[in-house]
This record gives sequence, C-alpha cells and structure tokens, in this order.
Amino acid sequence: MAALYELAKVIRSKNSGPFELTLDILFDSASTYERVKKSGKVTPAAISKLYGTDESQIHHFVFFDQALGIKITMARTVSSGTIGDRDVYGAQQHAPLFSIEID
Amino acid sequence: MADLVRILSPCGMLGYGFPASSFLKGLEYDLHGIVVDAGSTDAGPHKLGAGVSIVSRRAAKKDLELLIIHGLPRKIPIIIGSAGGAGAKPHLDWTLDIIYEILSEQKLSAKLAIIPADIPQKTVLNANKHHQIQPLSPNIPALNAETILQTHSIVAQMGHEPILSALENRSDIIVCGRAYDPSPFAAIGLFHGKDPGLSYHLGKILECGALCAEPGTTKDCILGTITGDSFTVQSLNAKRKCSPVSVAAHTFYEKEHPYILHGPGFTLDLEQCSFIEKEPGVVEVKNSRYLRSDEYWIKLEGARRAAYRTFVLAGIRDPLLLGQLESVEELVVRQTAEYYSEIDAEEYEIRFYHYGKNAVLGPREPVPFSGHEVGVMFEVLAQTQELASSICATVRSTFLHYGYENRKSTAGNLAFPFAPSDIEFGPVYEFSIYHLMKASGDFFTVQYEEVTDGCSL
Repeated sequence: MAALYELAKVIRSKNSGPFELTLDILFDSASTYERVKKSGKVTPAAISKLYGTDESQIHHFVFFDQALGIKITMARTVSSGTIGDRDVYGAQQHAPLFSIEID
Repeated sequence: MADLVRILSPCGMLGYGFPASSFLKGLEYDLHGIVVDAGSTDAGPHKLGAGVSIVSRRAAKKDLELLIIHGLPRKIPIIIGSAGGAGAKPHLDWTLDIIYEILSEQKLSAKLAIIPADIPQKTVLNANKHHQIQPLSPNIPALNAETILQTHSIVAQMGHEPILSALENRSDIIVCGRAYDPSPFAAIGLFHGKDPGLSYHLGKILECGALCAEPGTTKDCILGTITGDSFTVQSLNAKRKCSPVSVAAHTFYEKEHPYILHGPGFTLDLEQCSFIEKEPGVVEVKNSRYLRSDEYWIKLEGARRAAYRTFVLAGIRDPLLLGQLESVEELVVRQTAEYYSEIDAEEYEIRFYHYGKNAVLGPREPVPFSGHEVGVMFEVLAQTQELASSICATVRSTFLHYGYENRKSTAGNLAFPFAPSDIEFGPVYEFSIYHLMKASGDFFTVQYEEVTDGCSL
C-alpha cells in the first residue's frame, strides 16, 4: 500500500475557467501510472465521495497515457472570485487526493 | 513558406518578469515572432468588472521595454494577447499608453495594430434573443436580458483571424483585446503557412512561458519552433529543461480535458500526439490535429457587480472561545441583526472564514502547531459600501466584546493585526456571462496606427 501523494510526481488543482475546477495527477514512471490506473482506487465514485459532490458534477474523468496523467474536472460550487468563493485560482483544492491509498 | 518558424515566449503573463539573459539567448535565433500573453480569468471577475490590471504598470513597462527595444529594430513582430489582463477597452488603453510612452522615450517608429474585443450589450441581447448563445458548462445558468443589461464589461475571445490580418498588413506591434490564449502564438505559425494543429498546440504550450519546463515557471522564456510535420520546444535558460513528460503534462494544464481543447471555430484533438526528446532538452511534438467546426462560436466573458464588501481579519488564541467558535459567531450575528432591526436581513450577508497557524503569538508561540489558533476573517456584503461597513463595524465590536459562556478573557476576544481593523474592499464582481456566442471568424476589426520617431500622427 502507498498513499497517492507518495506515488505521484504532481498532484495539483486549478480553475479551468471560472466555473470549473480541474485536478491533475501526474507520474514520472509508466509503471507507477499503470499501477494507479489499474488499482481501481481513482474513480469518479471515489472522487465524488472525497469531495462531497454528486458524480454528475464531475464533467470529465480521463486517463491520458502519453502524459502519464489523470485529469478530473468538476463543477465549482461557487464561481471564481465572487461571494462565497474560498480559492480564487482553485489552486489549493488538491489536498484531499493525497490520502487515496493504492495497493 | 519558411522552413522553420520560431516563436519566443518571454513569460506567462506580461508584467510577471523574466531574466533578460534568457530573452537575449532567444534573440540569437532567427525569430518570426515574440508573443506574450497578458490575460487570464484566474484572478477572478474583479479585473474585468473594475477595468483594472493584475500586474503593476511599472512591471508591464519593464517587460514591454525589453520586447520593444530588441524586437522592433530586428523587425520581429511583437504580439500581446489579452492586453491588460481582461482585454477590455480600459485594459487595451492602459497597455497602449505604456507602449506609446516607450516608443516616445526611445524615439522609435512602429506600425501598431489594435484589435478591440469589447462586445456591446445590444449585440449580446440580440444574439440571445435569436438563441445563438449557450452556457459554456452545465453549471452555468442560461443568459437572460436582465443579466446582460447588468453586465457592463463584456469581451469575446478572438481567434487567430484578426491577428493574422494584422500580420498580413505588416504590423510591428499587435495589441489584442481578449484573445483565446494560444491564438496570438498560432497566428505566427499560420502566417508562415504552418499546420494549424501544430501552430495551436505550440501556442497552448508557449502561452504560460517556461511552465512546460522543469522546474516550471511562468517567469522565464521558452522557444518554440514549427517545422513541416512537428514542433519543438526548448528552454532558453540552462537552469530548466523541457522533457517529454513536462511538455505532455503541460498540455493538460488548466484545461477541462487533457487532450480535447475547444477554441474559436475549432477543436484541437491531441490524443494521438507523440512527445519525443529530439536532442537533450528539446522536445518534439507530432500529430496535433486541428478540426474545424461547422459553426463558429466565440467565448464571451462578462462581469457584473454583485455587492460591496467590508471585512476584518483577526486572530483567536483563547481555547475557551475556540471550543465554541461557531456558536459564538451565530450569537454575534443574531445580536447584530437585533441591533439593526430596521434593516431587512435580506439586504446584507455576514460570512465567517477560519484560517490558522501561529499568527497570534508569532515567534513566541510555545506550542507546536496543532490547530491551537484560528484566524477569523469575517465579511459583510451589501448593496452599498456604507451599509456593508456599518454592519461590519457592529459585527466586529459585538464579536470583540461578546460575553460567551465561561469566558475568562473579559478584555476582548479578537487579536487584530491592523488598525483600523475594518477594511473597505469596494465592489465585488461575479462572472455573469461565460457563454458561447455564434459569430463569424471575421467578427473583430483591426485598427492601425503609425508612430514615427516616437510621435503618433
């Protein structure tokens, strides 16, 4: 077992436009990427549970093999920079991913 | 057609700065364009709404000076995408003012092309009436006339078409209003007859400066070269290197999908791309596909005023108060509402945010960090600054002196870092328009201006 943060080279979050938040998980070895991809631990269901959001709010969930990366894009609950937003750039929303345990 | 088309991207945002040494290294190559992105919606709707820039005028001038002084005498076209951050008229004027100042100080001559991106409310109202507007993602509400009329700053993201026309008219400096970030880069490749897929994919990589290298940064230069069936990218600073994974990973960056990118009038499909290290630090990319759309849609961005804000930042270190923080805050809100019983509670909003690490005792903090203090920020939002400030002052004084249960610290509950404690923020904006509008590729009009020996005619 290893935590996702130990295996990934990059775990980051960012706005993709003011109404969406995108999470990138990137690896520097094909074997680690494959291990995570095949683990079944990074799934739309797991992400929606982790972020307390409905699966329908996840707009994209894609494995991109050439980049050894996973991209997850979800609806923002509040659009960037207006009343009630807590993270204008969406740059600190990645931390919940750290704790995902991979076999 | 040039065999090789070379584009220098000095930094990820005009005014972020970059090492002059990297830039000068780039000038050793035969360049076909110096292109810098100046825009973003990252910093929120305030820039567009208030008509202000995200970087300082001083920093923007410092960057522009290097570009103009070195680029202009070499006859390398200089393109600025999304001038001033949000790319509306005040941002365009702000950027042009700096450029005129530099040309005047240096007594330089230049042909300027200016491409405004402002869209009149009437155009948007009309398009909406004819069902030619749709939200960009499912969580954005459909537009209505009321929202459009409340939105005084509306811009559209231009594609490469008007920039290409400015290049064909032999412009030296092209200042774009809001542009799709990769378009000003792609225009250089397309002007020299290069493949649109490669030109746009390279634009996507270059628009963030050296963020596609390792270690990545938006504050350094990167060089892109388009050949017949591929493009390459390389760092211009020995301190950082491009690798196949760093470039492939950057293709991901801040987009909703890793390999399907939507731009004005097209979709970019990067699923079949290969990323190969051709020489040490030089990454070659192939198979970027440009798929022209049947219909031409452009992205609209608009910001409207949502409220005025006054806020307070304070620290709380008292463990008795921290143990019941939320309930005390509820009581503070209730007491504030009772005090202002003549004001409808709908007219204002009070919000609390909790932050914390060693902010109160600073270096004298004896306890290892374990969540023993909380930084509280509270804000009041209302339709006027006066109302927001009045209510915020009441929340602050009520909170400061609130006699919660079992309190020992009867002198006060909040540690203010600043005097005065209450900060008037001014207007708060929101992105009220983030929609696609049907339009034609020649929707934008280019304006030209000549400057001779520093004087505009």
